[in-house]
Amino acid sequence: MALLTVTDATVRFGERAALDGVDLEVAEHEIVCVLGPSGSGKSTLLRAVAGLQSLDGGRVLLAGADQRGVPVHRRGVGLMFQDHQLFPQRDVAGNVAFGLRMHHVPKAEQAVRVGELLDLVGLPGAGRRSVAALSGGEQQRVALARALAPRPQLLMLDEPLGQLDRTLRERLVVELRQLFGRLGTTVLAVTHDQGEAFALADRVVVMRDGRVAQSGTPLEVWQRPADEFVARFLGFDNVVAASVSGAAAQTPWGAVPVPAGSPQGPGRLLVRPAGVRLGGPGEGLECTVEARTFRGSHVAVTLRPAADAPPLEAECPLRDAPEEGARVGATFRAEEVVVLGG
Amino acid sequence: MVLARPEVGTRARGTTARGSAARLGLMVLPVAFFAVFFAWPVLSIVGRGLKSGEDWRLGRLGETLSRPEILDVLWFTAWQALASTALTLLIALPGAYVFARFDFPGRTLLRAVVTVPFVLPTVVVGTAFLALVGRGGLLDELWGLRLDTTAWAILLAHVFFNYAVVVRTVGGLWAQLDPRQEEAARVLGASRFEAWRQVTLPALGPAVAAAALMVFLFTFTSFGVVQILGGPAYSTLEAEIYRQTADLLDLPTAAVLTMVQFVAVGAILALHAWTVRRRETALKLVDPARTAHRPHGAGQWALLAAVLGTVALLILLPLGVLVERSFDTSGGYGLGFYRALQGVDDSGGTFLVPPLEAIGNSLQYALVATVIAVVVGGLAAAALTRRAGRLVRGFDALLMLPLGVSAVTVGFGFLITLDEPPLDLRASWILVPLAQALVGVPFVVRTMLPVLRAVDERLREAAAVLGASPLRAWREVDLPLVRRALLIASGFAFAVSLGEFGATVFIARPDRPTLPVAVARLLGRPGELNYGQAMALSTILMVVCAVALLLLERIRTDRTSGEF
Repeated sequence: MALLTVTDATVRFGERAALDGVDLEVAEHEIVCVLGPSGSGKSTLLRAVAGLQSLDGGRVLLAGADQRGVPVHRRGVGLMFQDHQLFPQRDVAGNVAFGLRMHHVPKAEQAVRVGELLDLVGLPGAGRRSVAALSGGEQQRVALARALAPRPQLLMLDEPLGQLDRTLRERLVVELRQLFGRLGTTVLAVTHDQGEAFALADRVVVMRDGRVAQSGTPLEVWQRPADEFVARFLGFDNVVAASVSGAAAQTPWGAVPVPAGSPQGPGRLLVRPAGVRLGGPGEGLECTVEARTFRGSHVAVTLRPAADAPPLEAECPLRDAPEEGARVGATFRAEEVVVLGG
Repeated sequence: MVLARPEVGTRARGTTARGSAARLGLMVLPVAFFAVFFAWPVLSIVGRGLKSGEDWRLGRLGETLSRPEILDVLWFTAWQALASTALTLLIALPGAYVFARFDFPGRTLLRAVVTVPFVLPTVVVGTAFLALVGRGGLLDELWGLRLDTTAWAILLAHVFFNYAVVVRTVGGLWAQLDPRQEEAARVLGASRFEAWRQVTLPALGPAVAAAALMVFLFTFTSFGVVQILGGPAYSTLEAEIYRQTADLLDLPTAAVLTMVQFVAVGAILALHAWTVRRRETALKLVDPARTAHRPHGAGQWALLAAVLGTVALLILLPLGVLVERSFDTSGGYGLGFYRALQGVDDSGGTFLVPPLEAIGNSLQYALVATVIAVVVGGLAAAALTRRAGRLVRGFDALLMLPLGVSAVTVGFGFLITLDEPPLDLRASWILVPLAQALVGVPFVVRTMLPVLRAVDERLREAAAVLGASPLRAWREVDLPLVRRALLIASGFAFAVSLGEFGATVFIARPDRPTLPVAVARLLGRPGELNYGQAMALSTILMVVCAVALLLLERIRTDRTSGEF
């Protein structure tokens, strides 16, 4: 049985639906990441599960028990806020021990547990420090220790690494995943950063305008975005109108081969940049190289087709990247083409 | 009053030698002003009281303080101040919460309305409560209930007067506390009440303490209210100093009492400064517009209704009754009392001039006092902007003293010190505005200082990089921000000057009374006509103050709303 079941959850702010019939399940020990742009309703989802936001429709079940009417402090969930919300009047240990005090854990036990947790998050002996003196990364660790302290059955993270700089974020996301795996924590996190979501999650849920747009493993979502919104949100811009018939589709870029079993008829089509192969000017779609951007392991090349068609992005190995202004021909590889739904 | 807020922006500590010289230059005028018009008169009074010939008679301290009637006064002063403070907190804290966190129609207007009592002259406050709970007052007429012979009238008037202090100082901060702090506590297992107690209360604590101390200070030194509602049975230190000086001519006793009050006020101000400093610890503040929401659930609606009911009963009703009484002549409702204000004879020999002239006098005095207060206070605030050193902080505290030191002493001190060359001002009209400005300066400093300090150094740097000279940068960056604060400060100084009573009652010449002095004189005489005229004059004074305040409220921004 799923630890968390959300059925048809709806929250309205005036006319606008922040959550619009959302269904979601999180199994025990699973790490689920809700991914979406700001305003897609992902924070509202966390607040609804925590009981900080009342539902206008639908249900939230924790371990099978309906949470309607259960106040926040009796739900047994943990929530790590976006900007941590550490209590400035208390030191590090006071913050971490707060949940233990609320649950009437004996003093001696509190001290032991605080020590363990600070060791766990890599801040041994920091108990007496003032939270105002902590760096962003340290605050994040304290917030995590505080949320973990009362052993919540479900831990929720709201943009857990949002305010940290890039290198720190990349390191911490790995640490977090290892930590949660070791502790067997069930996690529901939300983020707008796809890299973070893919690195952290067992399963990714993409949200758009209060609805679930797609749900699946990071690999599934990455390989087969469900619709144009998801594709563009993941950073893919090679999306055009297409009419699929058999093993090929008619597009403004000409005929593009599609994988076997693709849905037939008119629709939208995505070509991943890796699926655009560049050759001599005579081969395939004739294009001019408009811009090239160095991306470390490869070069992203923006192509302007000679015919009246949308620009095309291609990925080239460092050595083979054409110069700006060069004329090239583009062909497509079926395995990097996705026929989108919706 | 207030309460410096956690400051925005960082400011490079550029304490160059030239900077400190400039700062000292700015401080010359304020220091001289306080030395001549505050320290000298007060010290002279104390000296006269405690010296006979050339010898100090410090024994008088002990003698005076062991007299039973003086002990009674001390006891009552402390007791009523404590009770008033507790009652004000009890009644105003729910109000602070409601104004901070609930969004309801008319909130802004109502918030301005509850501030009106604070700028009302104490004499008007006393008169309004007299009309409500006194002899022949509304409650007397309805149920035969009179409170003016009990301490309750004084306590209620003090709550009325200080409600806004708590709503503004505590509510201002409350509105800026991040509600997610409480939510974080809730998710960690704290009940609604526990979350408030563990998270919000500690954050509000210093603000509550600061507001409580301000209320305590105002009620401890209460004069006008006690003079009108206290009767012979109840007297505060300040009222007793007045009685000893003006009625009994017992200067030594008055001097001792002044010193007692001075020490008490000094202690309160020191405590206050300490709580303000503590409040500046890193609280994370958010935009108040984000934290307010419509009330939901029966409990919140009930709380809102209770607060609105309290405001109606405690603040609107006394003001309403005052206005009603001013029209309630023996021949039915009419303008009789207002017309009587134009004549000399009708006042039964109380005045040498028609009481209506007091309006003109008051406005002129208040305008001059405002100019003085803004110049002196503005210079002082500019000097204090760069926080450095104990000297500057001491100066800061010194500026607050006139709020608490017996205004009666200052007024009487003016009479006995400024009467000989080189400074013979006794016959000059400037004496009154000078005394009034003294009380206005702390308000000016408190309003200007946070704004001056909040001007981010980086804004000036940005202007400079874009090609503005230092003077131009000041004009483009500082002035627009400061101009608003300057207007607000002027408004407060004006209202405070208009209502000043303790010092003015001594030094206003009989043929040039101010409004509060005229009201007090009218109330001191028997007869319905005098009573009615007092109500009419008070109503006029209230309208002037309320209009001044409502104008201010329009230019006030949220940036400064935490001040009072």
